[in-house]
Amino acid sequence: MQKNVLEYLEQTLPRVPDKIAFADDSMQLTFAQVSAQARGIGTALHQKALYNEPVVVFMEKSPAAITAFFGVIYAGCYYVPLDVEMPAFRIEMILEQLKPRAVICDAKTQPMLEKFGYHGASYLYDEIAASPADDAALAQIRAKQLDIDPIYIVFTSGSTGVPKGILACHRSVIDYIEHLSETLKFDGDTVFGNQSPLYFDACLKELYPTLKFGATTWLVPKALFSFPIKLVEFLNAHEINTVCWVVSALTMISATGTFGFVKPETLRTVAFGSEVFPVKQFRLWREALPQASFTNLYGPTECTGMSCYFHVDREFEDTEAIPIGRPFDNTGILLLDENNQEAQAGKPGEICIRGTCITMGYFGQPDKTAEVFTQNPLQTRYPELIYRTGDIAQYNENGELVFVSRKDYQIKHMGHRIELGEIEINAGLYDGIEAVGCVYDKVKNKIVLYYCGGVEKAALAAYLKERLPRYMQPNVIRQIDAMPHTPNGKLDRKSLLAMYTESLAK
Amino acid sequence: MNETLEKVIEILTELHEDVDFRTRERLWDDHILDSFDVVTLTSELNNEFDIVITADRLTPENFNSAQALAAMVEELEDI
Repeated sequence: MQKNVLEYLEQTLPRVPDKIAFADDSMQLTFAQVSAQARGIGTALHQKALYNEPVVVFMEKSPAAITAFFGVIYAGCYYVPLDVEMPAFRIEMILEQLKPRAVICDAKTQPMLEKFGYHGASYLYDEIAASPADDAALAQIRAKQLDIDPIYIVFTSGSTGVPKGILACHRSVIDYIEHLSETLKFDGDTVFGNQSPLYFDACLKELYPTLKFGATTWLVPKALFSFPIKLVEFLNAHEINTVCWVVSALTMISATGTFGFVKPETLRTVAFGSEVFPVKQFRLWREALPQASFTNLYGPTECTGMSCYFHVDREFEDTEAIPIGRPFDNTGILLLDENNQEAQAGKPGEICIRGTCITMGYFGQPDKTAEVFTQNPLQTRYPELIYRTGDIAQYNENGELVFVSRKDYQIKHMGHRIELGEIEINAGLYDGIEAVGCVYDKVKNKIVLYYCGGVEKAALAAYLKERLPRYMQPNVIRQIDAMPHTPNGKLDRKSLLAMYTESLAK
Repeated sequence: MNETLEKVIEILTELHEDVDFRTRERLWDDHILDSFDVVTLTSELNNEFDIVITADRLTPENFNSAQALAAMVEELEDI
């Protein structure tokens, strides 16, 4: 039985050593190169006596950064991707939580480390990737590794203002990759066009199936996601046939009439997720690519990538939502009501997930972990964890799951998961701010921040740019005299949102 | 200064309160505007001027300055 994700690479390598595994505009790495460099990195980290601990990969998005991940796993450690585009404050907070002893970086990122207050060891990718592999040492590490050992941490928005690091193990990733590949019919001819940043679990969809099948992944340059004709030309130039993208990346193409100029000729598998695909836009895609398969995916990072899928096999009305469908094989969904009982047929309940897909929880945050990774309330006679997603859904008449809403203040904005509380806490820390309230305008997809206090809008905006990732920046900032409150003294987001909508109507 | 340009600058300023869009150029090339901004701007300009910015107008050049954006809007209004 497979117990380590690197077995995918090791089984593929002898079949297609010289095929391109990962590529972007400036670099192409074959499976042989990926293997040699990852084993070199694994050996180098092992020689620094690193084992079963976080190793940060702080590099520009590239085939090399991906190879560094595998190198970290060879050393029996777990990788933590950090990105040059993350704000310094966030990187500092993450480094503070992890206290890593090693960072893998490139020539551009190495000089930045000092300003984050990191004084541990840093290794240049090019240097450690060139280390000769110590096969005996790597075999020894492998022999003592279990499939419940962690392989990565990815950070997600936390409502208390501190990002949460979600830790996942080999077994969960293998379970996910097997079932995802079967569902989307990946094979050796698959050519992925990757959109997701490497610091999200969304990129698992490309990284590990590429190793498993000896497929190829092209990293699509981020700038192209603003310029749709160039984007489609890129897909065609590299004969990309499979994309797993956030909905906003797909609608940017269809809504601007791109298909009237150019079509993605080679695309045959389109998977999307993280937010609702407007049916009007979806139809444009279906008309442009009548032969392609379209699959809606749903899942929280806490359950390793995606948990549910729906092959879009019928027409939908403009006002209907495309279902999130059913769980992958070997994943279970419970819909629980307020009383922790199974929601009655056709009634909404919280999506709770059980299965091998459940991750190991939040790194170094046992209390936060215990809040959402809980005993299955429907079965109390032996220990069994479920993950409570906070997503409310219900079954439609076909027995398909349909997303309804969130039960808290978490939102999805341009495919990113955001806690409004994290934005409020950060804004509240700025000198002179007396009160803040953040709401989300779902119609126009805008994060709206209201504040009280004698502070310049521009100054607050500049402050937030330093502390929050790009996708969490408020789209609209407004000053008001007093924050509306509910009778029991809580921030009244409903009134705040109504205030915003009314101001637009004027 | 013409009305279109004024309105474009107002919309841009709402996105980035801390940038002087009257004088700045190379907005895309210098990473002042990013992909999030392009998406937002496209939808804002469409709504504000009742135009449709089509894929062929979505180029880095058109997003490099308030003047270029305003010129694009005026061209689309004439169609």
